[in-house]
Amino acid sequence: MEVTDKLVDNLAHLARLQFNDQEKAEIKKDLQKMIAFVDKLNELDTSNVSPLLHMSDNVNMLRKDEVKGSVERNEALSNAPEKTDKYFKVPKVINNPQ
Amino acid sequence: MSVNYDKYEAVIGLEVHAQLLTQSKLFCGDSAAFVNEPNTHISPITMAHPGTLPKLNDKAIEYAIKLGLACNCEIEKINYFARKNYFYPDLPKGYQVSQHTTPICKGGYVTIKTENGEKKVQLNRIHMEEDAGKSIHDQDEHYTYVDLNRAGVPLCEIVTEPDLSSGDEAYAYLTELRRLVRWIEVCDGNMEEGSMRCDANVSIRLKGETRLGTKVEVKNLNSIRNVKRAIDHEIKRMIEEVENGGTIIQQTRSFDANNGTTFALRTKEEANDYRYFADPDLTPFHISDEWLKQIQSTIPELYESKVKRYTTELQLTEYDAKVIADERETADYFDALVQQTKNYKAAANWMIGPVKSYLNENNTSITELSLTPSSLAEIIALIDKGKINFSVASSKLFPALIKQPDVTASALATQLNLVQTSDSNEVASWVEEVLNKMPDKVAEYRKGKKGLIGLFVGEVKKLSKGKADPKLTNDLLLEKLNA
Repeated sequence: MEVTDKLVDNLAHLARLQFNDQEKAEIKKDLQKMIAFVDKLNELDTSNVSPLLHMSDNVNMLRKDEVKGSVERNEALSNAPEKTDKYFKVPKVINNPQ
Repeated sequence: MSVNYDKYEAVIGLEVHAQLLTQSKLFCGDSAAFVNEPNTHISPITMAHPGTLPKLNDKAIEYAIKLGLACNCEIEKINYFARKNYFYPDLPKGYQVSQHTTPICKGGYVTIKTENGEKKVQLNRIHMEEDAGKSIHDQDEHYTYVDLNRAGVPLCEIVTEPDLSSGDEAYAYLTELRRLVRWIEVCDGNMEEGSMRCDANVSIRLKGETRLGTKVEVKNLNSIRNVKRAIDHEIKRMIEEVENGGTIIQQTRSFDANNGTTFALRTKEEANDYRYFADPDLTPFHISDEWLKQIQSTIPELYESKVKRYTTELQLTEYDAKVIADERETADYFDALVQQTKNYKAAANWMIGPVKSYLNENNTSITELSLTPSSLAEIIALIDKGKINFSVASSKLFPALIKQPDVTASALATQLNLVQTSDSNEVASWVEEVLNKMPDKVAEYRKGKKGLIGLFVGEVKKLSKGKADPKLTNDLLLEKLNA
């Protein structure tokens, strides 16, 4: 699989990252190496092996439906870079509020 | 311009999000209850602080399976959650945890009845996922405000196949689905408050065509009626578009309830790349046969089955059966009532008549009713034995018993002097008095105006305040008049 500029741009967009041309060239090279490494694994026939979805064998780690563990709003908002006394504030994400 | 609408048929699929009635959120212990005060039901897990670990709520699984079983779905035994990755400020983790790719319930159907008869609306699946928070865009010129109370609240998404063909069918389906989720107590079904939300996928095609047309997704449907209105409007709009030489473009539209029309929100350029993968923070969960059986045992007799039982075993009319079964609490009361009387028709009439009127007039519910099913059964028995007539029972004894639920019906009827008398001397004296009062009418009757008997019976009834046994009254009147 070939890593193109378009692929790098698309991945950068999905991750909300921005790169200059020099960075992009380096990332292209790195990504190409990573894909080559994974391609190596593709040489193995894994058609009869079910995918490993979880690293541990634990199943059904469930909790009871109980209300607990909430924090005070002041405390919750204290780590937010921007806030009011009640809300988290983020740069406006739509242009035409209805 | 004349448009031939009949050339086309509509194909509709619905996606319903139902908020599960758990106490806490899907993956942490924050309250899942609706609250106006923003950011008060949140924790480090809800806010996606680094190092936090989600843990799955066992009740949410139970409710999802309960819904699946009630919808005749196949239940998946081996389950896991996946991450659906996208950025939005009200999604703190940068991904939504969802079973989108591996639903816990597959297939199944919901039975609806419309003018065209009965239909099993086929489901594609039911899966669990977490809700997002709420973004508020109109409070500040430069900022969006975020409230995370709702983030992480458990939802079931119920997805139909493209199996509906009109706004009426969509209306019937949503009515049945809402009744069902309330009936089995997994969701409160409140569309106005958003605990049940619906998106409609609508397309049209020429009749006989088997391929699906380009679909439009309609959002912002906050009542069952508005779902029907939006679909009806959309079908008409699309047919007119095509008939005028246009083409349908795949887009998301919003319904404007004020004028009953839809407008474009956004056009889908290319499919989003959500990069689903199994969430490594959550262990898989397996459903044992034993657990499944235990959940099955929590499902009460459903609406459909009650209606069928009332019409066959109890011989009620379909109309009566449906009115009584409409709400589970009423049906449960009725079931207790018919355990204690064999006069099913009378029991149904009491439920639909005096009981329902009383509840409506007093703006209360059957669960609040102080009168027990056995007291009501006793009233029915008194009527059947001729001790009291229906109109006196419903207008006097019934309200009195509601006020004094601890007294037996027969004791109260005696105390209030409501018991009909079959003492012939007493009835004879009322008959005498009535006939003496209206000599003209008696003369008319004797000349052949036999219909006047009704008037005399009515007068005796009035004079005796309903206590005169009607049959005895009739007999004594005829005896006197024909003497």
